[in-house]
Amino acid sequence: MRHLLSAADLELASATEIFDVAEEMSLLQGRPVKKLPALRGRTVVNLFFEDSTRTRSSFEIAGKWLSADVINVSAKGSSMSKGESLRDTVLTVAAMGVDALVIRHHASGAPRQVTQWIDAHVLNAGDGTHEHPTQALLDAFTLRRHFRQTAPTLRDFEGKTIAIVGDITHSRVARSNVLLLNTLGADVIMVAPPTLWPSGVDSWPARFCTDLDEVLPIVDAVMMLRVQRERMSGGYFPTPREYTIGYGLTSQRLEMLKVGAAICHPGPMNRGLEISAEAADAANSLILEQVAAGVAVRMSVLYSLLGGADDTPPPTAREPLG
Amino acid sequence: MTDILITGADWLGGGRGDLLVRNGVLADPATAGSDIERFDADGLIALPGLVDLHTHLRQPGREDTETVASGTAAAARGGYTAVLAMANTTPVTDTAEAAEHVAELGRRDGLVQVVPVGAVSKGLKGAELAELGLMARSPAGVRVFSDDGRCLSDARLMRRALEYVRAFDGVIAQHAQDPRLAGPDACCHEGTISGRLGLPGWPAAAESTIVARDIQLVQLTRSRLHVCHVSTAETVDVLRWAKSRDIAVTAEVAPHHLLLTTDEVLDYDPTYKVNPPLRPAEDVAELRLALADGTIDAVATDHAPHARHDKEHAFAEAAFGMLGLETALPVVVETMINPGALDWAGLAMRMATAPAHIARLADQGRRGVVGEPATFVLVDPTARAVVDRDASASLSRNNPWHGRELPDPVVATFWQGRVTFRR
Repeated sequence: MRHLLSAADLELASATEIFDVAEEMSLLQGRPVKKLPALRGRTVVNLFFEDSTRTRSSFEIAGKWLSADVINVSAKGSSMSKGESLRDTVLTVAAMGVDALVIRHHASGAPRQVTQWIDAHVLNAGDGTHEHPTQALLDAFTLRRHFRQTAPTLRDFEGKTIAIVGDITHSRVARSNVLLLNTLGADVIMVAPPTLWPSGVDSWPARFCTDLDEVLPIVDAVMMLRVQRERMSGGYFPTPREYTIGYGLTSQRLEMLKVGAAICHPGPMNRGLEISAEAADAANSLILEQVAAGVAVRMSVLYSLLGGADDTPPPTAREPLG
Repeated sequence: MTDILITGADWLGGGRGDLLVRNGVLADPATAGSDIERFDADGLIALPGLVDLHTHLRQPGREDTETVASGTAAAARGGYTAVLAMANTTPVTDTAEAAEHVAELGRRDGLVQVVPVGAVSKGLKGAELAELGLMARSPAGVRVFSDDGRCLSDARLMRRALEYVRAFDGVIAQHAQDPRLAGPDACCHEGTISGRLGLPGWPAAAESTIVARDIQLVQLTRSRLHVCHVSTAETVDVLRWAKSRDIAVTAEVAPHHLLLTTDEVLDYDPTYKVNPPLRPAEDVAELRLALADGTIDAVATDHAPHARHDKEHAFAEAAFGMLGLETALPVVVETMINPGALDWAGLAMRMATAPAHIARLADQGRRGVVGEPATFVLVDPTARAVVDRDASASLSRNNPWHGRELPDPVVATFWQGRVTFRR
């Protein structure tokens, strides 16, 4: 795999490989010396056009534990406000000699555009309302562990039904998750008021539904999405109160879940809005496991992009700046 | 000026003949002297010079991206002899002085007739009427008014504008985009692809609802409306309804909407970011039908030059627009002539005669008979070429056709007897 831009770039075999390696990597977390030499001499730049302490530090730790040189570049507000184009920003960073660029951008598609301009590996760390493939990988990794512990089957996701609930249309987490979970063999149900359904739901590999109560009793896991503040005044639903009553994982709804059904949330949570404190802290909540899995999964992804012996020559800017 | 005898040209595909260009007008070929320039046009079609209702020349204000000189050179290469220069320059063309400035730049530097479009509202702000009457009375003689780039969304202002321009036979050219349904962030047709790519969508209804409203306002005001860059099947439906009732509405379609589809944005290449956005194949098919049957009256380029540094951003942040003047006729030949949807006379109607009539340009879109202005273009109906963006006369390179093979019809362009382009 040259880049990881979309969960659609992952096949069942490559995703499974990433999970298996991530299991190995996670053993490191318990050791006193957390360092592997796998990416020694490699340079990873976290190029963040949008703030994200959690994702950035997770990638930073992942790179450092693999002995890569990791540099954080905050490009927030640098492009348009300084008159610098995305291409200029990226070529400038790449010209320093970079093996992989981990890009977070507020605009959809920016990481894909970047691959036309540089030779370095590009890893999408969340782009606008498009995708967040490493989040989907760590979610699925966490679920795989959970399923193996609670209801193991030959293929981990076969026969499993997973609901994704909330602001689907603006969620990069939902887009990546639906693609990856479908690849892994799960049935996916998207639950949201119609105002938060994306355009063209017929082409999505998932069923769409508006009634959370109908869905909760049949799922093996439910993934609650964060409701962004700006959507609350955007006319997508009348009030937060109505949203919670319709689509929140309230303490009452907890009882509708099958025994052992997992609760996930990519964070940060709005407790009391899309998820109640009781649900977030329930015994079958995997929310902290998701965070913990972030480093191991990102180590595995960095290793799969950069660790191969047959890697391409050092990156250079293909064209001069101009 | 030496006389030019053009031999064997086939005017509108109606039969071969000779054209004698003398003192800027067509003269009787029988009177051709011996000491004249000869142009062998055997096998070429002659069309009236094309008229573009929708060009962004960027001067004054963004001379780094286009000037009247470069833009009209591109126009002449594309077979045009007149362009309407949109008002969204810096400063905006919203006064008689500003309009006259553009017209004067055209007289000085233009390789085609440059006709300023006046802004409908002061500063394109959509709040108060600009000095429409003074622009109309100025030597520039503005007849087409548009806030293009922005929709005149205020129904009352639209009503007043339509009413007011009746006094001087003006027309309001509307950029139909309900800003509440498709705001400034909307950068991709709202549909399967926008949903998958996570791009803010621009629903078809944001266009057709404004057109429907404006048509009702035309009925109220008995004025004249022109709809810019129609992009959806829904708008075509509304236009068909209006035309069946003889309501005074005309419409244009941009060449890119006749061939390119939403699929082009799958790789987030801002070259394909345009407003209104590229639409699905079903809309493209409907637009071609509407152009063929006259529901859409004209092809207009929406030629929109941009600097590289305004395009090389993330898709959502890049500038809207693409070049069009040099490739419009090639695209129309490809999409309408070659499949047999239009003949050359039909093409000339939609790219010269109808636009000239809409803009009230007396000397454009004329016939090829003695006494008429020698304003025409000679085209080779079979030539093809791969488009090379670096071969453009435009100062900009945001060319969505780069690398594609298209017809390459324009052999020579004549504007009032002057050869403005010759291959």
